[in-house]
Amino acid sequence: MSILIITEHDNQSLKPVTLSLVTAAQQIGGDIDLLVAGENAQPAAEAAASIAGVRKVIHADNAAYAHQLAENVSKLVVELAEGYTHILAPGTTTGKNLAPRVAALLGVNQLSDIIAVEAADTFKRPIYAGNAIATVKSADAVKVITVRGTAFDAAEASGGSATVEACDSVHQHADVSFVGEELAKSDRPELTAASVVISGGRGMGNGENFDMLNKVADKLGAAVGASRAAVDAGFVPNDMQVGQTGKMVAPELYIAVGISGAIQHLAGMKDSKIIVAINKDEEAPIFQVADYGLVADLFEAVPELESRL
Amino acid sequence: MKVLVAVKRVIDYNVKVRVKSDRSDVDLANVKMALNPFCEIAVEEAVRLKEAGTAEEVVVVSIGSKSCQEQLRTALALGADRAIQVDAQDQLDSLSVARILQKVAEEESADLILLGKQAIDSDNNQTGQMLAALMDRPQATFASEVVVEGDALKVTREIDGGLQTLSLKLPAIVTTDLRLNEPRYASLPNIMKAKRKPLDVKTPDELGAQLAGGVELLSVEPPAERQAGIKVGSVEELVDKLRNEAKVVA
Ligand SMILES: Cc1cc2nc3c(=O)[nH]c(=O)nc-3n(C[C@H](O)[C@H](O)[C@H](O)COP(=O)(O)OP(=O)(O)OC[C@H]3O[C@@H](n4cnc5c(N)ncnc54)[C@H](O)[C@@H]3O)c2cc1C
Ligand SMILES: Nc1ncnc2c1ncn2[C@@H]1O[C@H](COP(=O)(O)O)[C@@H](O)[C@H]1O
Repeated sequence: MSILIITEHDNQSLKPVTLSLVTAAQQIGGDIDLLVAGENAQPAAEAAASIAGVRKVIHADNAAYAHQLAENVSKLVVELAEGYTHILAPGTTTGKNLAPRVAALLGVNQLSDIIAVEAADTFKRPIYAGNAIATVKSADAVKVITVRGTAFDAAEASGGSATVEACDSVHQHADVSFVGEELAKSDRPELTAASVVISGGRGMGNGENFDMLNKVADKLGAAVGASRAAVDAGFVPNDMQVGQTGKMVAPELYIAVGISGAIQHLAGMKDSKIIVAINKDEEAPIFQVADYGLVADLFEAVPELESRL
Repeated sequence: MKVLVAVKRVIDYNVKVRVKSDRSDVDLANVKMALNPFCEIAVEEAVRLKEAGTAEEVVVVSIGSKSCQEQLRTALALGADRAIQVDAQDQLDSLSVARILQKVAEEESADLILLGKQAIDSDNNQTGQMLAALMDRPQATFASEVVVEGDALKVTREIDGGLQTLSLKLPAIVTTDLRLNEPRYASLPNIMKAKRKPLDVKTPDELGAQLAGGVELLSVEPPAERQAGIKVGSVEELVDKLRNEAKVVA
């Protein structure tokens, strides 16, 4: 068997999720190659080559791949696909955007967001907002899979010495172009990689009040997340949404503040190791999944929490 | 321009699904069904384009058993002009759905094809991307804003790091995210009117679509239940538990 992993990176460094994909690939078994498609992505390719257990890094460098547009990268992957039994991409917005195009061009179905490898052709994946776990078996010649990063431990980022092979193929779809992006800047850890996450919901009342959470986050080295209601109300940007249709997190500690605990929110955080809920309504469903529940007004509890940490 | 919207019948988002006791699948007997929320957003966007005079016609399509006609009528009540049911089993695999949608899109010469980013039953998040690949057309997934500029679209997408804007030449495929718009409620007169709007039934064979398959559902199990936790009486007690019992805080 041999596995191609489509890496996620910003041309400079690899996203941590790549390391979880390597672990998933090791569980499938076989040779593991990584694709780094980008522009001036030499540093990312070097980082990929030093991951333990990687055989080869394919580095395609061209302006066409600068923003990893799905139209372009999918064709590159299809061109490289020959000989691979599995193609893995992260279950991030980049991976979800790209991998189904690869699958369709190869004429196969995709297995989305797997959380466990049962066998080389059999995987587990959550459905219905995580209220059921399906075991699915693929008979397709090549298995195109997206992987939920939080379900797999990170592989060693160093110790490997894979060869880096340049790939000159250029695929540029004429009818799509990148206009711009607004990326959130933060000194805090990334939500999906943080070991502590503190999230606020509609109960926060407004965006300024999230400063209370930021202060706690700074003391705990935590990332700050939010419910959909808080994002829709404009308190915080969309990239902070945790849940079925936002980000999936599974930190050591998740603190939900002013969040009721709708199934769509629980889908994104109920695999956290320890869950704390602070809510003034003792009937709030979030308490059914919380290890430690505190029935309190958040405007008193959160500042006190900060001062006691 | 002509807009095609793909809509799926799914479990109502308020219902917590249960696994059948024989673990063969989830239990959908007597469960409330609805239009997938992301598809509702897609229909709303199409109808707004029509109201703005940008779109001439909005066609909705659903692939599934006869029961999905209920959701097609809902879409018609929200303002779509015409509906197509492609008769097939429910929960058809995504590649088959994408191949059928491709045939419909070609037959209709659709300029813009709108889909939800995700069906909340399968949680697949892949059909729109597959369709775009099969048609070799540009895609903008997870759209939170769509602006028509002549024969092109400017689309803002919600990505993990923030927002990204792409420009796409039509025909193009767009999948909707939650913040694209807030769907309206269908009024009673519009629900009545929807009953008289055309609804065609076709088969994959008639459309010349080849079905895929390849993935087999072996079993379905409930997720690991979390142990019920405790309520703490104060912030002080909470911090003590986190430090000394759970040991997740230094
Ligand atoms: C298709 C679809 C997808 C969705 N995807 C997601 C998703 O990915 N993520 C997500 O989060 N949601 C998602 N939702 C929305 C979800 O159904 C809920 O509406 C949402 O999670 C509610 O957010 P909330 O808990 O912040 O707000 P609410 O349900 O309004 O709860 C607010 C809570 O704050 C508490 N509170 C208020 N004031 C205080 C105070 N002073 N002190 C303490 N507590 C206080 C209240 O008691 C209440 O429990 C989705 C919905 C749909 C239809
Ligand atoms: N059976 C179907 N009929 C019509 N549209 C569908 C069907 N299945 C999926 N779709 C469309 O594809 C979107 C994404 O679905 P999925 O890829 O399954 O998460 C949905 O929101 C619909 O717009």
